Amino acid sequence: MNVAVDLGKRRRSSRRRRRFSLIAVALAMLGLAVGLALYALSGSIVFFHTPSEVADGVVAPGARVRIGGLVKEGSVTRSGERIEFVITDTAKEVKVAYQGIVPDLFREGQGVVAEGVLRPDHSLDADNVLAKHDERYMPREAVEALKRQGLWRGDGAPVPK
Amino acid sequence: MFGQRLLLLRYLLMLAETGFFALLLALAMAILLSASPLAWSASDDRQMMALTRPLMLAMSSFTVIAFAMLTACYVLSDFSVATVAENSHSAIPLIFKVTGVWGNHEGSMLLWALILAIFGALVARFGDGLPPRLQARVLSVQGLIAAAFLAFIVFTSNPFLRLDPAPAEGQDLNPVLQDIGLAIHPPLLYLGYVGFSVAFAFAVAALIEGRIDASFARFVRPWTLLAWSFLTVGIAMGSYWAYYVLGWGGFWFWDPVENASLMPWLAGTALVHSTLVMEKRDALKVWTLLLAILTFSLSLLGTFLVRSGVLTSVHAFASDPARGIFILAILTFFIGGSLTLFALRAGELKPGGLFAPISREGALVLNNLLLASAAAAVLIGTLYPLALEALTSDKISVGPPYFNATVLPLLAPLLFALPFGQSLAWKRGDLLGAAQRLLTAFGLAILVAVALRIAHGGGPVLAPFGAGLGVFLILGSLTEIVTRSLPAGASSGLLTAKLVLKRAAGLPRQAYGSALAHAGLGLTVIGIAATAWHAETITLMRVGEARNVGGYSLTLTRLSPQQGPNYRETAASFSIAEAGVPIGEVVSTKRIYTVRGTPTTQVGLMTKDFGQIYASLGDSEPDGRVGVRLYWKPLVLFIWLGAVAMALGGALSLSDRRLRLGLPVRTRIAEAIPPAAPAE
Repeated sequence: MNVAVDLGKRRRSSRRRRRFSLIAVALAMLGLAVGLALYALSGSIVFFHTPSEVADGVVAPGARVRIGGLVKEGSVTRSGERIEFVITDTAKEVKVAYQGIVPDLFREGQGVVAEGVLRPDHSLDADNVLAKHDERYMPREAVEALKRQGLWRGDGAPVPK
Repeated sequence: MFGQRLLLLRYLLMLAETGFFALLLALAMAILLSASPLAWSASDDRQMMALTRPLMLAMSSFTVIAFAMLTACYVLSDFSVATVAENSHSAIPLIFKVTGVWGNHEGSMLLWALILAIFGALVARFGDGLPPRLQARVLSVQGLIAAAFLAFIVFTSNPFLRLDPAPAEGQDLNPVLQDIGLAIHPPLLYLGYVGFSVAFAFAVAALIEGRIDASFARFVRPWTLLAWSFLTVGIAMGSYWAYYVLGWGGFWFWDPVENASLMPWLAGTALVHSTLVMEKRDALKVWTLLLAILTFSLSLLGTFLVRSGVLTSVHAFASDPARGIFILAILTFFIGGSLTLFALRAGELKPGGLFAPISREGALVLNNLLLASAAAAVLIGTLYPLALEALTSDKISVGPPYFNATVLPLLAPLLFALPFGQSLAWKRGDLLGAAQRLLTAFGLAILVAVALRIAHGGGPVLAPFGAGLGVFLILGSLTEIVTRSLPAGASSGLLTAKLVLKRAAGLPRQAYGSALAHAGLGLTVIGIAATAWHAETITLMRVGEARNVGGYSLTLTRLSPQQGPNYRETAASFSIAEAGVPIGEVVSTKRIYTVRGTPTTQVGLMTKDFGQIYASLGDSEPDGRVGVRLYWKPLVLFIWLGAVAMALGGALSLSDRRLRLGLPVRTRIAEAIPPAAPAE
């Protein structure tokens, strides 16, 4: 009888201990995950800017940025695999150089987002160029650039030339 | 003449009106179903409870009718219906007329409701083994989910709206969607998302009833496995589609839309394993309930992240306020409500069985912790830009570096620990014994990693490490089957061989399912690791010129214009040679869909030893040269074949007799466990 009571007690306390250690491990793991997430976030966020903001000197040269707007008409020049073009939000412009093949929907007068490193002369060394997925969807940064210049005609409306 | 008859048929049948009426009836049934507990909850009236089944079947039938009517509108090209006019065209092939049904917001929400209705009907039809009260509860919770979705469709996203005057021709289906891979991707994905609603409904029902035991896991596990298998294939399908459509051969982009499907997958994978612990050992009950709630919550979140337009722009969310607020209300109600219920009731549930840290249960707890942490990391990275933009209007993007830095460190230890966990016994395991059993597998894995490192002469360290890990997973799963087939005190000889085969044949299908799924995971890991050894040539070519990529030589032999039903295209043919010997030809085309004026690229693929030669045509230059991207992607097919193996493993496990509902499982389990075992 006595033994049984003792066993029950021991079982209960060991249950409590195991539960406690389980929760401790779980919390430690969660802490690790959150820490990892915050650390990774601090290092890998890329801010978006419009050409006007770049011209205003908001971005320090050497920083990684995304710049969105329209591909300026007549600005695209290709030499081999290298392509150069100008992104405009109709107020200010940023020159972009990119090595590689641009997406299917990359066209003059259309919305585009380029990601890369800003050079001291405020031109962009792009390593990634995104264009619209189809004629309805535009990269949201491109939409934003047009909105900030008051040129946005609403979702689904044709992009102003 | 025939066209006129079709026109007449359309107006006589009033397909859209019939469909909308069926939708309203389905909504009415769903509301009745969710309100039904008022009639039986207090009185415990068995007959009223039993009424939930015909109610659910009626709701499902009306949803099926509504979906069939919408499909008929598409097939008959009834452009007087707004969604048909916006997303279809009389010239597209029949298959894309059908898949166009869910190639837009309204139709895809109806597909969601349809699948929910089908799962509801399955629970009503095959849930005979369930206690009547629990089944009625589950059906009414599912009715509540259906009511919310059907109301959302009826009030904000009606796919049956008519246009007056009707346009003569449709605006064509988005060309990107005119592809069979993407066409069947949403139904598979939704089968996964919505399948988790069953586990959710069971969890909520159990919380309301305030009672939960191992039988809960036995009821929930088949549905969870089914949903998980579909979701796995659905994600793989989406990934393969991105690989061959986007033109540069990436298979995963950490795009918010992809993350939306990955989060429920990670949580669902954890759920599949925690229900196992609960079923076998009556432990982790409270956690399993929470996980069932979280998995479906992430599915809801995923659906709405993709469907609300919030990813395109936070402002798109506000551009249609009715939809946005409705979505927010549904999310708040189901996620907030179920978590509140959990907080109120979880304390009353009795804690389950004990286990040592080093045991199968302990290993599965580790699995759950790591998977849940990974899901949390993905959630943070996906929602953070949205929250930041909403609060400060700063626009940021959280890209692959973030996800690689968080998810990989969480999943790599999981992959490494997996074979050990698989080899541990329930309740109290012997880690040393497991390590000894895995020695051969581990040795071979290291050998592969070292050999790859030497063969590739440097390069990224992670790649051979990853490949070794994949090999370890595959061999570890094999070891598990072999170990379980070996009789104790093995001696050599024909008799033993026969005995081993007999024992192997006698292993439950669940054991094979689990081994297959884990080996599939290994295959996927190898495929991903091998992306480090891809070869790439981006260049300009003239007809007749050749370029090398990864030991193959591709010659551009022809550039020819072609005309399709609703597009025109330029086709580039490449002949492929290996060491001077021609081995085949691939064709990549650049298409312009004439209605929308949208260009797409069709890549040319040639499969060789599970790797692929990948050719993608770019823009033409004024001087007649064309841009091309050529890739050699060794073992790339492993990525998706692995996922298929995982899903097949799930299906195999599902077919295990012990998992089927309605079978007299309880008595068999009671026989299997010696009565002397302590009932902890």
